[in-house]
Amino acid sequence: MNDIIFLLKKEAQLEFRQKYAVGGILLYVISTTFICYLSFRSIVDIPTWNALYWIIVLFASVNAISKSFAQESQGKLLYLYTLTNPRAIIIAKIIYNSGLLAVLTLATTLFYSLFLGNDIGDLAQFIIVSIAGSMGLASLLTLVSAIAAKTNNNVSLMAILSFPIILPLLITIIHASKNAIDDLGWSVNGKYIIVLLALNALISALSYLLFPYLWRD
Amino acid sequence: MKHWWKILAVILVLYTIIFGFLIEVPALPILHESIRNLFFHVTMWFSMIILCGVSWVYSIMFLNTGKTDHDIIASESANVGIMFGSIGILTGMIWANFTWGAPWVNDPKLNGAAITMLIYLAYFVLRNSMDEEQKRAKVSSLYNIFAFILLIVFLYILPRMTDSLHPGNGGNGTFSDLDIDNTMRTVFYPAIIGWTLIGVWFLTLRVRIKKLSYQRETELINNNI
Repeated sequence: MNDIIFLLKKEAQLEFRQKYAVGGILLYVISTTFICYLSFRSIVDIPTWNALYWIIVLFASVNAISKSFAQESQGKLLYLYTLTNPRAIIIAKIIYNSGLLAVLTLATTLFYSLFLGNDIGDLAQFIIVSIAGSMGLASLLTLVSAIAAKTNNNVSLMAILSFPIILPLLITIIHASKNAIDDLGWSVNGKYIIVLLALNALISALSYLLFPYLWRD
Repeated sequence: MKHWWKILAVILVLYTIIFGFLIEVPALPILHESIRNLFFHVTMWFSMIILCGVSWVYSIMFLNTGKTDHDIIASESANVGIMFGSIGILTGMIWANFTWGAPWVNDPKLNGAAITMLIYLAYFVLRNSMDEEQKRAKVSSLYNIFAFILLIVFLYILPRMTDSLHPGNGGNGTFSDLDIDNTMRTVFYPAIIGWTLIGVWFLTLRVRIKKLSYQRETELINNNI
């Protein structure tokens, strides 16, 4: 437990030292949204609005998390290995990336509705779906970035490896967030949110079990 | 008789081809005689999922033991599974063109097929991006385990929540509704076993080739030293 808190502090300090990284991702979101704004002007159709929103979030997340393991040099990894156990590292990374993506998703929501308008029926539910969804994306992409970091060309591999396996998660998220926009209420959408949380739990559990095998080199 | 299962595979596939075209099938609207595609298209998917399951099991075994043989079996059964998947997609597209009027429609089963292919192609790209054998085996079997579980979620759990044109989903009749007198089952189940055994036969041949080429490589290296 202490290890996890220590590792979280380390991640936060690193992030604070390299402010341009978070700033870069935020700028990425803003410029993508602005491109969509100039291309579409305004989106009336709700499914399109919703799908475009999640595609922006997906690409921003892949960009944000791909550096998660790649930035650690081989020597630093070895040093961490002697200090703590791999399970603490993957949990700390998942928690940290979840927080990062939650902030990123909320920022995307803000800019996206500023430029492209918003017809969200149930804002509270939409934000809950967004945060739960970004946690799922974070835990899946963290493990994939650990896998991709083992290869030589990890930037393109990150996308190839993560997109097919992210689909069950993404489709559930898109369903749930469309229900939230249509204001269908908890009785309808509760089922989707439970499936989403179950998927999050499954992905985190798999990462927790599998990561130690990847760690040893 | 160590090769009895190969003989069984040939007999079962011959039985499928002959009786698949000869038996009485239920006369149904839209489907008509094209329902016989059940023996040649649906069975491909069953064989593919079984082979991918074999690949998954051997990936887990590799992570536990670290034997290169397990990794060879895992990657080759994924390879044979992909071959069955491609044939499944082709037969499905020909059939869909006649029945639904288009080779590709937006349907959870079809999307699942496409995703399966993408996952295993990504698996092979991942394998080929690393040179070092042990590292390649470890990283790719880890991805295989992770991806297969998410694939099962995508194929068998999420479609239950939406509609599909395929039997058994969203108000469409299931297999048992279509086939009340069970004649089709007498060909369908042997067909699954037959095609899967043929797949296993391919697998054993490919594994032997891979092992021999590994042996030759190590011999060459040893001779040069």
